[in-house]
Amino acid sequence: MADDRAAGDAIQRNQRLLTRALLVCGAMFLFGFACVPLYRIACEHVFRNKIYNTADSAKGFSVDESRWVTVQFVGNVNSQLDWSFAPEQVTMRVHPGAVNDAWYDAANKAQTAIVGNAVPSIAPSQGSPYFNKIECFCFTEQVLKPGESRRMPVKFVVDPKLPKTIDTLTLSYTFYNNRPATKKLADHTQAAQPPNS
Amino acid sequence: MTTHATAHHDDHHDDKPHGFLHRWVYSTNHKDIGTLYLIFSFIMVCIGAAFSGVIRTELMKPGLQFVQPYFFNEMTTMHGLVMIFGAIMPSFVGLANWMIPMMIGAPDMALPRMNNWSFWILPFAFCLLLGTLFVPGGAPAGGWTMYPPLSIQGGDSVAMMVFAIHLMGISSIMGSINIIATILNMRAPGMDLLKMPVFVWSWLITAFLLIAVMPVLAGAVTMLLTDRYFGTSFFNAAGGGDPVMYQHIFWFFGHPEVYIMILPAFGIISEIVPTFSRKPLFGYQAMVYALASIAFLSFIVWGHHMFTVGMPLGGELYFMFATMLIAIPTGVKVFNWVSTMWGGSLTFEAPMLWAIAFIVLFTIGGFSGVMLALVPADFQYQDTYFVVAHFHYVLVTGALFAIIGAIYYWWPKWTGRMYNETWAKVHFWWSAVFVNVLFFPQHFLGLAGMPRRIPDYNVAFADWNFVSTIGAYGMYLTPFMFFFILWHSKKHGAPAAARAWEGAHGLEWTVPSPAPFHTFSTPPVIRDEDLAHGDVSH
Ligand code: HEM
Ligand SMILES: [Cu+2]
Repeated sequence: MADDRAAGDAIQRNQRLLTRALLVCGAMFLFGFACVPLYRIACEHVFRNKIYNTADSAKGFSVDESRWVTVQFVGNVNSQLDWSFAPEQVTMRVHPGAVNDAWYDAANKAQTAIVGNAVPSIAPSQGSPYFNKIECFCFTEQVLKPGESRRMPVKFVVDPKLPKTIDTLTLSYTFYNNRPATKKLADHTQAAQPPNS
Repeated sequence: MTTHATAHHDDHHDDKPHGFLHRWVYSTNHKDIGTLYLIFSFIMVCIGAAFSGVIRTELMKPGLQFVQPYFFNEMTTMHGLVMIFGAIMPSFVGLANWMIPMMIGAPDMALPRMNNWSFWILPFAFCLLLGTLFVPGGAPAGGWTMYPPLSIQGGDSVAMMVFAIHLMGISSIMGSINIIATILNMRAPGMDLLKMPVFVWSWLITAFLLIAVMPVLAGAVTMLLTDRYFGTSFFNAAGGGDPVMYQHIFWFFGHPEVYIMILPAFGIISEIVPTFSRKPLFGYQAMVYALASIAFLSFIVWGHHMFTVGMPLGGELYFMFATMLIAIPTGVKVFNWVSTMWGGSLTFEAPMLWAIAFIVLFTIGGFSGVMLALVPADFQYQDTYFVVAHFHYVLVTGALFAIIGAIYYWWPKWTGRMYNETWAKVHFWWSAVFVNVLFFPQHFLGLAGMPRRIPDYNVAFADWNFVSTIGAYGMYLTPFMFFFILWHSKKHGAPAAARAWEGAHGLEWTVPSPAPFHTFSTPPVIRDEDLAHGDVSH
């Protein structure tokens, strides 16, 4: 009798432990996914300007006319994207603190409309925090119809605090095919015009 | 559902179920399931070793001789996955199954039916994983760390790999819950937590690590799957995702994972060393606290695998110092093992030899780890053979040596027979020499700049690669030696006494050898002198 009661207790304790452990597992599984927004928040707010150069306003920068910085422009297209894409100017000489405009050209060579996204990078990476893009085609998705071409601006300021050892910055973009968005666009246009028309 | 299943049949009689199906496939007996786990891991070690054979043979000389680069990458990936998830982890679970109930005076594991499931999921998981070798597009080839975008560019083996990892995760989680329930709820009266053997402690802590991080890995690979097949962009830069985020999530799992593979080994060494030193373990409580602090620290150092991704300087410094902190509790353990031996009346039977080799060689791996933890140095070492040398010292001469030592140590208890000491010593010395011939030169290669995961290399690296491959060929004989020593012992070994080793303490040595099918059906009366760590007044 007493043995049976003890055994029953043990089963109950084991069951309680099992439930709790499974809850921990479920929570940790969700934590894996919660990392996605957490990571974004960490990068954009906590480590802001340390890894990513967010578009700070040019306010507060005074132009340093005594100094010249060369900015080089590069444009690449990922092999999965049938576009042409290139900078209009190869280099510019700018004063730190001054607002400048540069232009890129893109054209869709494919037979379908495609959504593209450009991902920027700055070399050398030590200079990256000091390169501020105020306006950029890389901030948004770019949609190009078949054969369409577009002239796209980048407005930027080089921070006067750019270390003295750096006199050249390279701004490079890679354009990728944003497949999910392209597919959504295709589905949309198909729904809008019935296939038999 | 599974929880209702306590051992219902054969509770009251001692004979084993008859027939292969009933004895093994439906098994709910902790000893049989432990045996299954150990046999499974042995098969996986052999398969993983075969994969590494392809790697080392191709690398014996510069140039491409035997395999295509893509197949080479499949081999490095599969070798890592099979060894980690198929060999090291299941063999520790097998040892836990065999020993934990006997060490704490419990009749069986707390949830025996679930125990059966945890094991029998594994063969399916590995059929799925190994099956990728035969599908169009080939096996996964992006490395065991599965970094996107590379890892999701192969054929449909991506999906098979992800599902295999889900299954392994479920298996480990169920196994861990069972171990926690057994240790917390099934101890014999008088077996206080701080009287438990260190092996049991190490598994309790490991099991908590497992249930905390295996689900995170499951989440990460699920995201890989949806990125590949369902148009999400978690890690896809074009869609606004970030591939570096995968590395953060993966290593949040990955670093605790490396400690999952070493904490039970710490436990094993803490059992073997006192037995053959004929002295109680030095600093029992310090050992337990060191285990707990290592486990805690393992959650906050993952960034040391990612120093070169472009982290902010503050992050680099934080991860560097936090990582170096782990060396402190690890050092405590090494000092306590050495102090246990100090002044003891040592004998050097095979289990002790493996344990001493563990202490020396694992420490070398720890030192190379501290070198890798230095950010400026790691910028040079990252992704070179130095990293490969580091983790093989901690995993092969660390985890695997401890497992082999444990098998020699408890084999007489399992089978009732002694093994041949001479041949076991040959096995040991052969392994001790060749494992260093295999892995030590990889330090030099890494420092000289040879990258990991490449099938061809600069001729400047030729000599040490040749030496390393010779070491590998020497090591490939050791599974055969081990198998024949154990097989011979099972057939012809001398009978073992209940206390097979003169200096052994602990409840497992109070039951006959071989241990009967059911032990401690009624809880034992615990006398302090039976316990390995009965005297906690120190
Ligand atoms: C003192 C303790 C340790 C320290 C300071 C340490 C440090 C490190 C560091 C910094 C790396 C990254 C190297 C790089 O990729 O550039 C690394 C890699 C690694 N460590 Fe350790 N480690 C320690 C102990 C261990 C232990 C005990 C294990 C496993 C049993 C382990 C397994 C690994 C593995 C598997 C990798 C390579 C992962 C990969 O990139 O594939 N380490 N370690
Ligand atoms: Cu780590």
